[in-house]
Amino acid sequence: MTGIAVTAIAETGRTTLRQRRDRGPQVAAIALSALVAAAVLAPLLAPFAADALDLAHRRSAPSGTHWFGTDELGRDVFTRVLFGARVSLAIGLISATVSVMIGAAIGATAGYAGRWVDDLLMRATDAMLCIPRLPLLMIAAAFMRPSVLLLVVFVGVVGWMETARVVRASVQTLAQRDYVTAARAMGASPWRVVVRHVLPGVLPVLVVATTLAVGRGILLESALSFFGVGVQPPTASWGNMLYQAQTTMSSEPWLAVFPGVMIFLSVLACNAVGDTIGGEPVSRR
Amino acid sequence: MHVLHARGVAVISLVARRVILAVPLLFFISLLLFGLLHLAPGGPLSTYLENPNVRPEDIERLRRAMGLDRSLSVQYVTWLLSFVRGDWGYSYADGRPVLDRVLERVPATLELIGVAAVLALAVALPAGVFAAARRGVDRVTSPIAVAGISLPVFWVGLLLQLLFASMLGWLPSSGRQSFDGGDLGDRLAHLVLPATVLAIVLSAAWSRYLRRTMRDALSMPAITVARARGLPESRLLWRHALTIALPSFVTVVLLDAAMLTSGAVVTESVFAWPGIGSLFTESLVKRDYAVLMAFLMIGSVAVLTLNLIADVLVLWLDPSARRESL
Repeated sequence: MTGIAVTAIAETGRTTLRQRRDRGPQVAAIALSALVAAAVLAPLLAPFAADALDLAHRRSAPSGTHWFGTDELGRDVFTRVLFGARVSLAIGLISATVSVMIGAAIGATAGYAGRWVDDLLMRATDAMLCIPRLPLLMIAAAFMRPSVLLLVVFVGVVGWMETARVVRASVQTLAQRDYVTAARAMGASPWRVVVRHVLPGVLPVLVVATTLAVGRGILLESALSFFGVGVQPPTASWGNMLYQAQTTMSSEPWLAVFPGVMIFLSVLACNAVGDTIGGEPVSRR
Repeated sequence: MHVLHARGVAVISLVARRVILAVPLLFFISLLLFGLLHLAPGGPLSTYLENPNVRPEDIERLRRAMGLDRSLSVQYVTWLLSFVRGDWGYSYADGRPVLDRVLERVPATLELIGVAAVLALAVALPAGVFAAARRGVDRVTSPIAVAGISLPVFWVGLLLQLLFASMLGWLPSSGRQSFDGGDLGDRLAHLVLPATVLAIVLSAAWSRYLRRTMRDALSMPAITVARARGLPESRLLWRHALTIALPSFVTVVLLDAAMLTSGAVVTESVFAWPGIGSLFTESLVKRDYAVLMAFLMIGSVAVLTLNLIADVLVLWLDPSARRESL
């Protein structure tokens, strides 16, 4: 699933690339694949065991043995960043899938059904867009103390509105095409028309929406974990590594620098890829 | 005179329609938030429940005093009626009226957002316009803008704190003013870091958006005609194209500003800025339902209100929108 998506993105990136002679998106797609590969292969790549304590070498600065230094329990930060990548990237990818699926369903229904269905769904979308997203998530996460899986669903559920809007607009245009009218004239059910004839046309829009949603999901998770209400220790995510690092920021800056760089690079890769294939990265704080 | 009159009518009818639409929208939002807050496990008394020194009969008394023993629908209606009347209840944390607690925090948030927005505009306007017009500029600004959008806000905050407060010692790391200080210089020094963090992210997003709308504007026939008439490029850019691009840009800027009333949560927490964002994080830890609910409602109302203001502005700025709405 992941592999296909990344290849698809890389392919689309390449067509625009020839016109622009710009290697940025190619690099971004490769970087994204490398990040995913590193996360998958974490147990093989990591120089130490996932949560191995080394109390003799606590809080040591980056060195030859500990590339990213060690934390207050002597755990290797490089190892933790690698294992954190699994959590953070998985949350980004799964939450993006959730939000794009909800958004596509609502957007396609609204765009194709029109009339009062459209009105109702779009007003609901407007309402959801008015509610401050991060605070809402923080409340849900703080009160329900969700498992990582439920947290992913939360992050996905608050992010479907942008997708719903672009899908609706795209479906509205596509629904007026002759081949859709032809399908309807042949007696195809609305469900069949949407799934077989309209949605395939929306696919490029969905790919862009998914890429951007992955970046947004990673940022939201890191913010939640940064406030201590996201992924809970001892499970490492880039966000909660930063949460633990902020108190010792001035004495052990490496604890905060490396997880942050990883968040930045992975979100940047998503936005750069999504940007080239026609999307506009949106950030909402 | 006639045009002005038509404009006035259009604006009034727009405002009227949107206010009427906003009522059910806010009702829906409040129902959603109230349900979420009150159906969540724990409840407002969870801090007392975990405290072994609080007797069960005291908890029961508190529950009755706060009206928590009544059905959820009764609680909601009671809350809604008093909220509409301006009675936002009392903070569970310190017993003071919620409205007072929120209002005393608003100036700090507005100060932070205002300064950040001005800084961001000062960067985004020229960057966006030139990026749309000149390929060379775009090669430089586009990667920077995409990077800026991808930055985790709290991380940038931590790094700036580390660099300018801990290592260099040039600027204070947190708060709005020193304990003894409070003069203009001191307050400005405290404002620099949080405002910069917000401005970095905002200017990246805004310049990106302006670049796109300016590109669309520059490809319009009207601009080709103006260019054919031999208008100087700078006038073409700053007067003709920008006029076309401005309405939608203004909308985005105002919407982002509205989002920030609640979105400054992260920045305010990192820098201990005493605005409503940090009031929210404090209240979250204490499970202060009344304050949390008020915060979310204010955030939503701010978005709705600035959305409306943006639409009115667009109506004034853009003649074609005026015709359509009549």
